[in-house]
Amino acid sequence: MYYIIALVALVFIVLTGIVISRLQNVLKSVKSDDSTEVKHTGNRFNGAMFLFVLVLGGIAIFWSYMDARGDFLPTASSIHGRRTDDLFWFSMGILTIPFIFVNVLIFYFSWKYQYKKGNTAAFYPDNHRLELIWTIVPAIVMALLVFTGWKAWSDITGEAPQDAEVIEITGKQFNWITRYSGVNDNTLGNYDYRLIDAQNEVGIDLSDENSFDDFMGPASAIHIPVNTPVLLKIRARDVLHSVFIPHMRVKMDAVPGMPTKFWFVADKTTADMRAELNDPDFNYELACTEICGMGHFSMGTKIVVEDEASYRKWCAEQPTFLNTYPEYLAKVPDNLKAKAMKYLPEGSVTAVADSTSGTVGMGSSSLR
Amino acid sequence: MSAIVGAESIHEHAESHEHHHVSQNFWQKYIFSEDHKVIAKQYLITGIIWAVIGISMSVIFRIQLGMPDSNLSWLKPVLGQWISDSGKLDPNFYLALVTMHGTIMVFFVLTAGLSGTFSNFLIPLQIGARDMASGFMNMLSYWFFFLASIIMFGSIFLQTGPAAGGWVIYPPLSALPEAHPGSGMGMTLWLTSMAFFIVSQLLGGINYITTVINLRTRGMSFDRLPLTIWAFLITAVLGLISFPVLLSSVLLLIMDRHFGTSFYLSDIYINGEALPNVGGSPILFQHLFWFLGHPEVYIVLLPGLGITSEVIATNARKPIFGYRAMIASMLGIAFLAFIVWAHHMFVTGMNPFLGSVFMFLTLIIAVPSAVKGFNYITTLWRGNIVFTPGMLFSIGLVSLFVSGGLTGIILGNSALDIQLHDTYFVVAHFHLVMGAASAFGLFAGVYHWFPKMFGRMMNPTLGQLHFWLSFIGIYMVFIPMHYVGIAGFPRRYYQFTSYDFTHKFMDMNMFISIAAIFSFLAQFIFLWNFFYSIFKGKKAPKNPWRSNTLEWTTPVNVGHGNWEGEIPAVYRWSYDYSKPGAKEDFIPQNVPYSQTLESNLPHENELIATEKEIEAQNFNDQFKTAH
Repeated sequence: MYYIIALVALVFIVLTGIVISRLQNVLKSVKSDDSTEVKHTGNRFNGAMFLFVLVLGGIAIFWSYMDARGDFLPTASSIHGRRTDDLFWFSMGILTIPFIFVNVLIFYFSWKYQYKKGNTAAFYPDNHRLELIWTIVPAIVMALLVFTGWKAWSDITGEAPQDAEVIEITGKQFNWITRYSGVNDNTLGNYDYRLIDAQNEVGIDLSDENSFDDFMGPASAIHIPVNTPVLLKIRARDVLHSVFIPHMRVKMDAVPGMPTKFWFVADKTTADMRAELNDPDFNYELACTEICGMGHFSMGTKIVVEDEASYRKWCAEQPTFLNTYPEYLAKVPDNLKAKAMKYLPEGSVTAVADSTSGTVGMGSSSLR
Repeated sequence: MSAIVGAESIHEHAESHEHHHVSQNFWQKYIFSEDHKVIAKQYLITGIIWAVIGISMSVIFRIQLGMPDSNLSWLKPVLGQWISDSGKLDPNFYLALVTMHGTIMVFFVLTAGLSGTFSNFLIPLQIGARDMASGFMNMLSYWFFFLASIIMFGSIFLQTGPAAGGWVIYPPLSALPEAHPGSGMGMTLWLTSMAFFIVSQLLGGINYITTVINLRTRGMSFDRLPLTIWAFLITAVLGLISFPVLLSSVLLLIMDRHFGTSFYLSDIYINGEALPNVGGSPILFQHLFWFLGHPEVYIVLLPGLGITSEVIATNARKPIFGYRAMIASMLGIAFLAFIVWAHHMFVTGMNPFLGSVFMFLTLIIAVPSAVKGFNYITTLWRGNIVFTPGMLFSIGLVSLFVSGGLTGIILGNSALDIQLHDTYFVVAHFHLVMGAASAFGLFAGVYHWFPKMFGRMMNPTLGQLHFWLSFIGIYMVFIPMHYVGIAGFPRRYYQFTSYDFTHKFMDMNMFISIAAIFSFLAQFIFLWNFFYSIFKGKKAPKNPWRSNTLEWTTPVNVGHGNWEGEIPAVYRWSYDYSKPGAKEDFIPQNVPYSQTLESNLPHENELIATEKEIEAQNFNDQFKTAH
């Protein structure tokens, strides 16, 4: 790396040297020449520079591309991810043609048609056929790209399958909170931002019976099953955030007051990826990509992708929200209390049941 | 006969001329001037000062990104409390730097500095007018900009720092002082400054449009206008339609911040309490912002393209290829600019169907852009190219415009935008196509019209050196930045060490930073050349580039009113370069066809009959009408 920088610095210094030495000559000639006619100084030098920069730039871009290629788009591990990757490289391939073609023409023409005494430029103000060609050809290419892109976009953003695993992810300054829809109903309970407090971080509405089996994901990592559609329901608590899972090609903003969603199918478990990349420390990551304040650059978490069986097992092991904070039984309407009871920890049932009738239990100071 | 008429009118003019000069003291002449040329220079110098500030900021955060372990204690004298005792940049201030860099470069440098300078300077000179339609409004426009500048500059020195929510200032981050220190007083000043800035733009824009429509000289029909003027006219229309929308979004944000409304706020729980606001939408702000924000890209770029058209034609000694297609493509781009804004919002949760519509509209814009690119190239083809610094920067602009524009086709594709949105791929894309290309337009314009502005020449060799260092430097910064973006590095990150997926390309980021510093240093060549040449440059001849447009028919040191005698009439378009049969390789616009019988095309001989008619027209001469 340092060699490259040194090399570039050298090119700059040499260039500066050449120009300054030429400048000296020019200054000398200026002194002996009082006419106000402007001379074309350095025309041949600049013409040659165009060729030089074209060739050197072409080599530099090609080399740097080949060198950096290994670290491009991280290995895709979702079904739609590989589709957009293919589309990306297809589009890049097509666009490389005009990139090279146009730049070569600009640089080559600049060199080829540089000023020469006695030459006369062609008087060539228009040619309708040419103009028609370079209006229609880009239009056709664009139509092709639009069509392929549109097909992919509508499939990706279409409705999630009915059986998709529903996970709610809420962004706040500066971490992510996940809520799973539970082992019994695969439906998230309602929420209301006014119910948020220190324990109930996403404002679960316990008057909705769907929320009884909901459990909060641990802060350490988000678990998702492999080869199963996962529907992320995305929310934000304070400012805009954005869910970005680079390996899954997932990105969607989290907007306060406007829930968003994104569904995808991860088809490589964390273990698969560790084997594929030959990197035992590999972890899927989730990052924030919408500026959200001081901690924006580190507002991330890990994702564990595991097979269906171990995912189900993991889910079953997680304590429901009510199990963790039994005092919230007070929030459950009387007619649903019986249903909620079975999610409470063993032994605490009677204590909490008592407390609901009169005095309020531990931790209730935060209940408003 | 016409000579006698001319002499009479010179006499007449001399009287009125005196009347105009009687009361000019220093303040009226140089500070609160109503002369478009002085106002243009005021815009230019203010823009240059802002550019130095804005680019310096980028160098600071590039050092942070490229050399994360470096000790920045040496910046303590400048940045004070924002550098910690261990020599680290404050993460809050990093965001403030990113935000201010964007705001300054987009609005204060490339909108005011570029369009403000050249629209003011060139519109009256190239259409043959004594001054702008309203000199007073023009002066107001600059001083509102100056006021906006002072407020924005002042905000940098606040204890809590300037605005720091990104240049797009998305609420709720920008609306809630408790969300970020920069959203307090810094954001208040940002919004105030922008409100004044918009007033300045509107005053300027109305003036540009009115002047182009009403004050064209005899014979200067729309199909004889130089492409620069077309570009400035279309730019002004874009600004006039889109800036009020930004003003309204700014005003609504001010209401949300200070008067308890809920336009953009809903369901927010922050700092341990739930805010009462419900029913607002942060997405609404994004729609309003980008309704300006996208046309803004073209407000920045079109003047650069207009300048390029003029400079390339002049220095290739060829007529611009496809004059009408150039106008049509600019009109097409301007129209489409208003219906593509939501491509900035594909993954904000907007309805995906809307995303498909905006993807389709966005990719259409590639067609007029391609036409422009190919027309420039064909203008170079079989030319006789003189590499003045202005010409070099114009050629560079075409290359940057095409290279940067192509990646826009990737980003405009909503399916691909999922992965690339808000990554360095976007940063690289818009810096090439809008930042660097427009800056090159600015440089091309300064080098080309410096002789007309200051009556002196800039040093061409230093200009050429400046070009090559900038051009190579820009590509060395932004080509690798695409790679970093393809790897998924998100933008506006204080550092890349928090994630495994950004734990690579360390040396690539260092390379980008070093290239950025190189390019920054190269700009000092320009600064020296510019300021030195104002005072010590070689005296300029009347028409140094042998150009056709009207400004070169004015005296070397242009006085108030631009032309000493009568305003010249115009008989032809401005691109009669290297016309077969002509004595010289250029025929200025004010030369009638009756004097160039040897080079006239058949249909042009017919136009000789209309010359009398043109000469007899009302002059639109502001010195001759009562005011």
